[in-house]
Amino acid sequence: MENIPNSHGADVMALPEKSEVTLGIMALTDCAVLAVAKEKGFFARNGLEVSLSKEASWASIRDKVAVGELDGAQMLAGMPIVTTLGIAPLQVPMLTAFSLGLNGNAITIAEPLAEHMCRADPAAMASPISAAQALKKVIGDFDRKLVFAHVYPYSSHNYELRYWLAAAGIDPDEDVRLVVIPPAQMVSHLRDGTVDGYCVGEPWNGQAVRSGIGRTLFTSYDLWNNKPEKVFAVTQDWHERHPGTHQAMLVAMLQAAQWADRPDNRQELAEILCSRDYVDARLEVVISSLHGRLQALCRQPAGSLPDFNVFFRYAATFPWRSHAEWFVSQMYRWGQIGEAMNIRQIAERIYRPDLYRQAAAIAGVPCPQVDAKIEGSHESNWALDGIEMGRDLFFDGSVFDPDKVVAYIDRFEVNKLSVDMDALARANPASTAR
Amino acid sequence: MSLRVMLIDQNRGRVAILEQALLDNGYEVVARSSVEEDLLQRISDVKPDVIIVDMESPDRDTLESMRTISRDQPRPIVMFAERSDRISIGEAVKAGVSAYVVDGMSPGRLNAIMEVAIARFREFQALRNELEETKSRLEDRKLIDKAKGILMKQRNMSEDEAFKVLRKMAMDRNIKLGEAARNVIIVAELLVGGS
Repeated sequence: MENIPNSHGADVMALPEKSEVTLGIMALTDCAVLAVAKEKGFFARNGLEVSLSKEASWASIRDKVAVGELDGAQMLAGMPIVTTLGIAPLQVPMLTAFSLGLNGNAITIAEPLAEHMCRADPAAMASPISAAQALKKVIGDFDRKLVFAHVYPYSSHNYELRYWLAAAGIDPDEDVRLVVIPPAQMVSHLRDGTVDGYCVGEPWNGQAVRSGIGRTLFTSYDLWNNKPEKVFAVTQDWHERHPGTHQAMLVAMLQAAQWADRPDNRQELAEILCSRDYVDARLEVVISSLHGRLQALCRQPAGSLPDFNVFFRYAATFPWRSHAEWFVSQMYRWGQIGEAMNIRQIAERIYRPDLYRQAAAIAGVPCPQVDAKIEGSHESNWALDGIEMGRDLFFDGSVFDPDKVVAYIDRFEVNKLSVDMDALARANPASTAR
Repeated sequence: MSLRVMLIDQNRGRVAILEQALLDNGYEVVARSSVEEDLLQRISDVKPDVIIVDMESPDRDTLESMRTISRDQPRPIVMFAERSDRISIGEAVKAGVSAYVVDGMSPGRLNAIMEVAIARFREFQALRNELEETKSRLEDRKLIDKAKGILMKQRNMSEDEAFKVLRKMAMDRNIKLGEAARNVIIVAELLVGGS
């Protein structure tokens, strides 16, 4: 593969090839790092004049980045992967050298469905697993398929919803109906009964709870502690033509992420984010989300979850190759990729820790010296290369070892595999150990 | 049989123009401009061959999910999937229009529709720019008249002299006449407020 990264090892800042750039964002709290980099002057301090363009759909972000209308953008982590591979509607090689944060989603269901589940099983809300089992118990009580919504076919929301349903043996493609609805329309669909539940970021869970329409079951953190969420992506072509501009953006985003993560800046961050230019929501709603004040039925003990939005700590901005490999594993599990490919090569081509490290050296930020890590093995905070890392457990107790990715894909009972597993094993000779 | 084209665009003016143009070209048009109705249901009912969508519509993500949903649903595929030349994608994106082909209609037949759509979207944008320019010109004229009035009153100038002062101010600072007028008004208002 021609794009295997090589490290230049230089801490000298390259000159930006262009200083005026336009970046795409979505009206979600995890545009925080980009919003802060602009509003608190981190882009400007690094010689960049940045306009942020609020986009209406992920499809629009992808198209505009692909044709150069946008220089780069906040993206679903799966998007640069599927766009590079051409399994999405458009094939354009993309890359990411920066993750925009950890956690932030939740699963909310309609109030009557929550009550029905609790009647069927008084212990339904003990954990995400018991909730899924209770759902399975009542799924036949309806004369139609229950409908669950997420935000995009290659979104982590889709994979979270599927992972959770499948954990109780519910086939997300057969036993329920999954649909895509724009986040801002979720609550009204739940009210009208056109959907029975959804997985979405804030403020759309809290809003349903506050208006008495739905109950949040648990957050994405409860499915996978400190799971990766959005990334900042550009096309490979754009990066090759503007390596200096890209690096200046990464440095600015590293500085912004540190600012955004400080607890005493969260109030000001909420004030920035709630404005019309960004999330366009009520201040108290954004504050609740940033402080992790969510009422979730399956969360024990109840109370706030300070790690609900992580923007910098736990190496949150590092583009882990293993995160890319996990997303690819889910694309295989759910039949979105049918061709046997070398998963590590895909991840190495699209996730670029080498570019991150160069920017981190300039910004004076310590960063991990490894590109991948095992997920699901730390039940408390731990240290890596002198950096404090967060918990990383999965709700079903499984472990994701990127060196055994084929075995990992093979282990799920509920799946929609469309790849020949033997061919996949042959394509990944180093990753088939069990 | 004529092709059924579904239009999804919240801008009623633009939808109307595009609908007429497509009708004139012999296409059957089904428009949808409201976000209230269930999009998936509507597509199932209407069974369009092509869906033309405003680039800024949040519905695009829903459309893109349909191709992965199920066998008995119509399967819209983004037009770019069938084509590799980037320039035409760029043209469409710049004009603000995107399109989905449903159930494998031939790309050749789409080209003609896209040409009409891109042209109408551009035309509409040009009209809107023109309108905004006219609006701001009118606004400027009002400001200039007001600023002239202030200068005439405060400095006891003739209308002609006041205009010359404004014009010099604009040229010296390399700003528009309307901007210079706005500055004069702001200063005057500050002085009134401060006294």
